[in-house]
Amino acid sequence: MRRGIKLYIFIIGVMIITFGPAIGRAEYDVIDITKPFLRKIPLAVPLFKTAGGSAEEKRSSETAADFLSDTLDFTGYFKTLDRGAFLFDPERNGVTLANLNFQNWTVVGAELLVTGYYELNNDNISIELRLFDTFKARRVLGKKYSGKVSNQRAIILRFCSDVIHYLTGGKGIFGSKIAFVSNGTGNKEIYICAFDGYDSRRLTVNNTITLFPAWSTDSKWLAFTSYKAGNPDLYIRNLAKGRESKISKQGINITPAWAPGKFELAATLSFSGDQEIYLLTGSGKIIKRITKSRGIDVTPTWSPDGKKIAFVSNRAGSAQIYIKDLDSAKVRRLTYEGRKNTQPTWSPRGDKIAYTSEMEGGHNIFVIGLDGQDPVQLTYDSRDNEAPAWSPDGSLIVFSSNRQGPFRIYVMTAYGTDQRRLLVLAGEQTNPKWSMNHLNN
Amino acid sequence: MQKKIWLMIALVLVIPGLLFAVGCQKKTVTQAKTPAPAPAPAPAPQTQAPAPVSPPDTSAMIMQEDIYFEFDKATLTPAAQDNLMRKAAWLRKNSNAIVTIEGHCDERGTNEYNLALGDRRADSAKAFLVDLGVVASRLTTISYGEERPLCTYQNEECWTKNRRGHFAIN
Repeated sequence: MRRGIKLYIFIIGVMIITFGPAIGRAEYDVIDITKPFLRKIPLAVPLFKTAGGSAEEKRSSETAADFLSDTLDFTGYFKTLDRGAFLFDPERNGVTLANLNFQNWTVVGAELLVTGYYELNNDNISIELRLFDTFKARRVLGKKYSGKVSNQRAIILRFCSDVIHYLTGGKGIFGSKIAFVSNGTGNKEIYICAFDGYDSRRLTVNNTITLFPAWSTDSKWLAFTSYKAGNPDLYIRNLAKGRESKISKQGINITPAWAPGKFELAATLSFSGDQEIYLLTGSGKIIKRITKSRGIDVTPTWSPDGKKIAFVSNRAGSAQIYIKDLDSAKVRRLTYEGRKNTQPTWSPRGDKIAYTSEMEGGHNIFVIGLDGQDPVQLTYDSRDNEAPAWSPDGSLIVFSSNRQGPFRIYVMTAYGTDQRRLLVLAGEQTNPKWSMNHLNN
Repeated sequence: MQKKIWLMIALVLVIPGLLFAVGCQKKTVTQAKTPAPAPAPAPAPQTQAPAPVSPPDTSAMIMQEDIYFEFDKATLTPAAQDNLMRKAAWLRKNSNAIVTIEGHCDERGTNEYNLALGDRRADSAKAFLVDLGVVASRLTTISYGEERPLCTYQNEECWTKNRRGHFAIN
């Protein structure tokens, strides 16, 4: 809530100037995000040129350059080049199209170059950022931002979003958040952090088991299960107002999943004596029952068009993933390999489902097409890897793993590459869920 | 009323017999026999008397025993059924007791599914007790899935202990 206000101030407080004649985006996308990450684009982000050159300005400028580099690197699209190899001194060489020697960049292998001009004035900053295509010797993006030093992260994220938009045609992930469960206080509670693990904050203070966070499409609502009234009940919280409604029926009230773009959600309730998936209004009223099968039906996940639901059922004996078409009411089984397949999560592009498969030696994350053919294993030989969730652009997957001891949150590309830890917190972290992207461009 | 009591006695006597026929160990039989005579003469005076204080204390031991489930199953093993029959006998004797049945799982499997599995485990224990004449409204269920393990080592011994039904007298 406080962050929302901050962002608003930031929007009116920051001046953004796009330099020169508007440079249209290339007619084609430089990065085809539907293709595996076969080749990363070599990217150079040298230190920024500073206006005055004071030690404080240089330090602040270096933080900005490093953060820009790390942020672009986080996407998995780039190979960030080592600054040591650059034939470039930001304090002596120019950073604009007119005075850059592109051969100095192509010779170190850079295909993209970001330069910055940084000015610190008390607690105000002004940053010019430019993206160049080194082989075409062309500037493709140029922006000037001014604001408070405290807005530096937001400024860099905004420019990075523009870079990703230029390269992929999509909105990227830099305005998204990740909700997860952590037991650092001794109880499982829900926390929220930025897409890159920054600024993690505890959301719930239930002092008991709290599980299964689920973001609404507009990220204004978070649904979750908590035992705070004794029973595993479902809570739907308005994040700005802190208001909650509760679904508290006899039995379990678990695994909420918001219908895309609607104030409705699917969840598993067992008041009938059987665990079934229901469609609920955002205020917790039952609209209809979705599954009708004796046995466990749990963990619904929506297709992005809202027409289908994938879920876990043990109707054939072991836990497997099924897809129900809501119009025709037809149900088909998706997974056949593996003794237990759970935690399905539908890719935001609609063509794939990630899930957790129980194997000898632990759980692993797989991705499968909607035809159910050729599941692809993304994690290997690293104890348990569970609870996958897609980034809003479908390029990354966040998950929970105990590969280094306690369960922590990790991120990898949708193809299983670049697996890294997202953050370090006390206790264990599980059940991550990625919000949609809400950075205003 | 009379009919019900006879039905209960019949059930208590018949079910152990069935278990024996299925091929349970002797132990099961001897244990199962103990509750059989209890419900017939005892209940009527006992409930009116200041029952809650002294007799339950000794016999409530049975309520403290957990029942155990097989991996990924919510069905009751013969041992669990035997244990539940003794619990049913105690519950009939102590008709004021209200019990919460907790369903638990080992940590293998993912926690969403395990929460549902724990729910089924608690439900099957409840259904069995209700079949033995315990009034359903005295039994509430709650699933903790894999969230409250008794034992945290990763071995079969530990997992066996965690796949349990726990009975808390309210």
